[in-house]
Amino acid sequence: MSARQPRAEERSGVARLELSGITKRYPAVIANDGIDLAVMPGEIHAVLGENGAGKSTLMKVIYGVVKPDAGTIRWNSEPVEIANPARARALGIGMVFQHFSLFDTLTVAENIALALERRAAGRGLQARIREVSQRYGLPLDPRRRVHNMSVGERQRVEIVRCLLQQPQLLIMDEPTSVLTPQAVQSLFDTLRQLAAEGCSILYISHKLDEIRALCQRATVLRGGRVTGECEPRRESASSLARMMIGGELPHPRHGEATTRGDGALDVRGLSAPSDDPFGVSLKGIELSLRGGEIVGIAGVSGNGQKELLAALSGECTVASAKAIVLNGENVGRLDAGRRRALGLAFVPEERLGRGAVPEMSLADNALLTAHRQELARRGFIRFAAAHAYARAIIRRFNVKAPGPDASARSLSGGNLQKYIVGREILQGPRVMIAAQPTWGVDVGASAQIRQALIDLRDAGVAVLVVSEELDELFEICDRICVMARGRLSPAKPARETNAEEIGLLMAGSFIGARPAPAELEGEFVDTRPGERP
Amino acid sequence: MAWLSPVIAAAAIFVVGFALFSGLGKNPFAAFYVFFVKPVDNLYGAAELLLKASPLMLCAVGLAAGYRANVWNIGAEGQLTLGAVCGGGVALALQDQGGAWLLPAMLAAGVAGGMAWAAIPAWLKTRFNANEILVSLMLVYVAKLALSWLVHGPWRDPEGFNFPQSKMFADVALLPVLVPGTRLNAGFVFALVVVGLLWIFTRRSLVGFQMRVAGLAPAAAAYAGISASRTVWLGMLIGGATAGLAGVGEAAGPIGQLLPSMSPGYGFAAIIVAFVGRLQPLGIVLASLLMSLLYLGGEAAQIGLALPSAITGLFQGLLLFFLLAADVFIDFRLRLRPRSTAARRSRRRPA
Amino acid sequence: MIDHLVTLIALTLAAGTPLVLAGAGELVAERSGVLNLGVEGMMLVGAVIAFIVAATTHSPWLGVAAGILAAAGAALVFAVLTLTLLANQVAAGLALSLFGVGLSAYVGLGYVSVVIEGIKPLAVPGLSDLPFFGKLLFAHSPFVYVSIALIALIQWLLFRTRAGLILRAIGESPDSAHAIGYPVIAIRYAAVLFGGACAGLAGAYLAVAYTPLWTEGMTAGRGWIALALVVFATWKPWRLLAGAYLFGAVTLAQFQAQAMGLAVSSQLLSMLPYLATVVVLTLISRDAATIRLNAPASLGKPYHPDV
Repeated sequence: MSARQPRAEERSGVARLELSGITKRYPAVIANDGIDLAVMPGEIHAVLGENGAGKSTLMKVIYGVVKPDAGTIRWNSEPVEIANPARARALGIGMVFQHFSLFDTLTVAENIALALERRAAGRGLQARIREVSQRYGLPLDPRRRVHNMSVGERQRVEIVRCLLQQPQLLIMDEPTSVLTPQAVQSLFDTLRQLAAEGCSILYISHKLDEIRALCQRATVLRGGRVTGECEPRRESASSLARMMIGGELPHPRHGEATTRGDGALDVRGLSAPSDDPFGVSLKGIELSLRGGEIVGIAGVSGNGQKELLAALSGECTVASAKAIVLNGENVGRLDAGRRRALGLAFVPEERLGRGAVPEMSLADNALLTAHRQELARRGFIRFAAAHAYARAIIRRFNVKAPGPDASARSLSGGNLQKYIVGREILQGPRVMIAAQPTWGVDVGASAQIRQALIDLRDAGVAVLVVSEELDELFEICDRICVMARGRLSPAKPARETNAEEIGLLMAGSFIGARPAPAELEGEFVDTRPGERP
Repeated sequence: MAWLSPVIAAAAIFVVGFALFSGLGKNPFAAFYVFFVKPVDNLYGAAELLLKASPLMLCAVGLAAGYRANVWNIGAEGQLTLGAVCGGGVALALQDQGGAWLLPAMLAAGVAGGMAWAAIPAWLKTRFNANEILVSLMLVYVAKLALSWLVHGPWRDPEGFNFPQSKMFADVALLPVLVPGTRLNAGFVFALVVVGLLWIFTRRSLVGFQMRVAGLAPAAAAYAGISASRTVWLGMLIGGATAGLAGVGEAAGPIGQLLPSMSPGYGFAAIIVAFVGRLQPLGIVLASLLMSLLYLGGEAAQIGLALPSAITGLFQGLLLFFLLAADVFIDFRLRLRPRSTAARRSRRRPA
Repeated sequence: MIDHLVTLIALTLAAGTPLVLAGAGELVAERSGVLNLGVEGMMLVGAVIAFIVAATTHSPWLGVAAGILAAAGAALVFAVLTLTLLANQVAAGLALSLFGVGLSAYVGLGYVSVVIEGIKPLAVPGLSDLPFFGKLLFAHSPFVYVSIALIALIQWLLFRTRAGLILRAIGESPDSAHAIGYPVIAIRYAAVLFGGACAGLAGAYLAVAYTPLWTEGMTAGRGWIALALVVFATWKPWRLLAGAYLFGAVTLAQFQAQAMGLAVSSQLLSMLPYLATVVVLTLISRDAATIRLNAPASLGKPYHPDV
């Protein structure tokens, strides 16, 4: 814990929010350990840390969702107890969650009304929603149902919901993972406007560039403790990284693709309606993937990635068998098991519950998809073989686990992800698809996973990566394309494009007519089917 | 640790029994003896215990295979009835011709009948997404009414003094008795064999493993290429087959004919047996013995204690409640916190 | 002829009323995200307690009150198991039903041949005697009117009040509701208890008004049919009413067939309501998109509060 150095502005002013010694323990881990934090009025203050550092827990403490085991909170120098979110709101604290707390089947106005006190939610709400959303550059139609809205638009609802309560402190938890680069700039403008009006902002993120661009001060967390406080603009990326993870940010080593394996994935004119009434339909997807390259699909969640991945993996079969060609075979109508037998491997974006069965052991989870690796004979399980396979994964991919009998849910996010990636790689696929491979994973494991994908490419496998993190895609991909509104842009070599161009593509610039200016800021014009009753 | 809750639940039943007997003005120790001990303290009684345990065991292992795969077959009572009807039908039609093949044919027909009845909710679920709990349950009522219609009408014994019952089965259509002087028949052996086979299936076969995955994490099952359809069909058909076998076992065993009611609720009691037995074969065997004891105790109490035999149903329901309570209590203290951490980590991202 | 039609309508309303009452309660519980399969058990508990109290105190209305309380008590046990102790909702609901069947059979044994003074249909001087309209509108059992009023009340509460909005939001996403600060568990308790009370009222109606007697298992599966009706109604109150009356009409088929002199066996006719339930459930379930749009998204899933 570092001692705080009072600065000139502080000595003259009173901190809006001051945390002293906040501690929160869970059975398996100490999420927050004696944290001190101070935010001044009108200040944009970053809380920086990698996944698992304790940022979310700290925000939940401030917002009253979680009770700290020790420590004090001062609000405008008065000590306070924040027993629940209602109390936090009454004090003037607003929070925009990373996982939105919205109700899909209700309208924008109903969603906002639910979060307001009864009196505030009366008539005139719709007018106030329009007015506030316009003023801060986040236009909203109060009568639209949330399920019709893109993720970026839903975030606007969350923000406007907070703004209507005239907060003195606004907490933003990892807000930019769902935004295009242009929309990120727009959000930053909104936040600067709010700060100029005197609202303090707590900005949670692990993205160093954004913090340096937006925030005046930063508190860095690592392993539940404060490891540094600084002014981000005066720091370099390396010094911030050192505070955040205790070392340099790792960069993967690119080898040469020495062999071009015979793996190939061709998607031709894939169109499919979504199973989910709230989902996105795929329209005319064209994609070609060959051995010895990594192709990345960029795009904000909610543009059809879920549907495309399900169609490619076989979890959803499509009407036309020819639409998806795997290693020369038409597989559109084959299920996931048969595609795996043909040489496809898939790492899904949800670890627990989809990539692995939480209650089962690592050995059993190996059986889940790798049973064709001699783990079963004539319908009966070969337990020894399954254990050996699991041990091989643990060894080769540095998975920190007690052994093959440990349950999947006892592993940390990063280790489980490494296990799942390893399980798929050890099956010797010719085509590998990875969805959000490092989401929620700590920096060390992320680096290992990205390296594993690159090594796979170097060994001649065809690799497809779907990710929301542009940095990650630029780091490992040979070609990049963009998913927007159910369509896929043509893939460009990563060296010949940049974040801004990708951002335009995310806004749908490659689809038909030129995008309206509003689209460039990330506002999706609603072209979805009419609202449901 | 997994066995703690069933033991607690069983103990709780005994305690409640004690209190209940005292409350009803009987000497609790004497009543306890009459209810839980006397019924099995001789050879005949012990044989009756095993006899009643057979259909319970059969239905319960079949149901458990489905429950573990999240396939909720509640219609075992109806599938049992259909098994009795089909097996009994074969007996009535062909027993005059005799032959060693009659009994196997009856058993096969019983199994087929139970499976056919279970196929209906399976088909409606896989094809139309209809909830299998409600469909299988509605079919219980339909099955019982069908049986009633048969024994009141087309299959009524013409020499039966107008009672609603079928002709008695000839000796060649009855299961051989294992222990002379008792009613314990070969059905008990079949039951044990089926339990063993299903144990192997669940624990050691790949398909059994895949069904367990489907029950624990349906999204993981889809990811692994496990057909949800196949899981539902297998889950329902296994339950239907064992229940059908239990039904024909009753018809060809202690009852020896078709009556309007072929079962004192075995199909429903088997649900309780499955849970109390933790959906595991050994547990199910033990739990079916306990449940069988409750049935015998109820009958004995009627004679020896002037207590209504409906007390059995009361104890059965209480047993399941106590099990759930003991279960969650233990779970709650030992596992709730870590589970919510995992739940948080695995929570869906914004779509 | 007209008279016969009016009689049919009256009988249909009376036959459908237990389904309306039990279904309405379950609808509210399910709207909050809780699947309570114990409706049959709760109805039986309500029925037997209502009958016993009515017989002992010679006041059928006291019996009804007792039946409501008893069923709500049973629902409370279910609520504690599933909401506080986080037991599997399906297993706990089944346990409740099985327990209710056993308990009611045992407790009601001494009352099987007892006769009580039941609650008769309305007889308003002047109004009830009007030709045609009298019988159509003013001569039903009080329970019929109460059940229709209940549906109207639930419709208004769910869709026109803030409390209803909160309930629906909880059924949609308890995590989000909790994050905003609503007491998810407390509201679900209230919804489940309301469901139990309605099931008790339905059972009491059967035992104390519809056929004032008690027999073991007298609900004959109506609790399960009510569950299917909630799905059939896609969780909308007025549709539930319509569906319940449809089923009321089907259950009358037996008497109708006899009246028309058809020589169909009574058992086969008795199958009709159950077969109809299967058909109706199948028809409504096949439209998976509609179900997903209308079903409370969190239905049946245990809610782990993030501490």
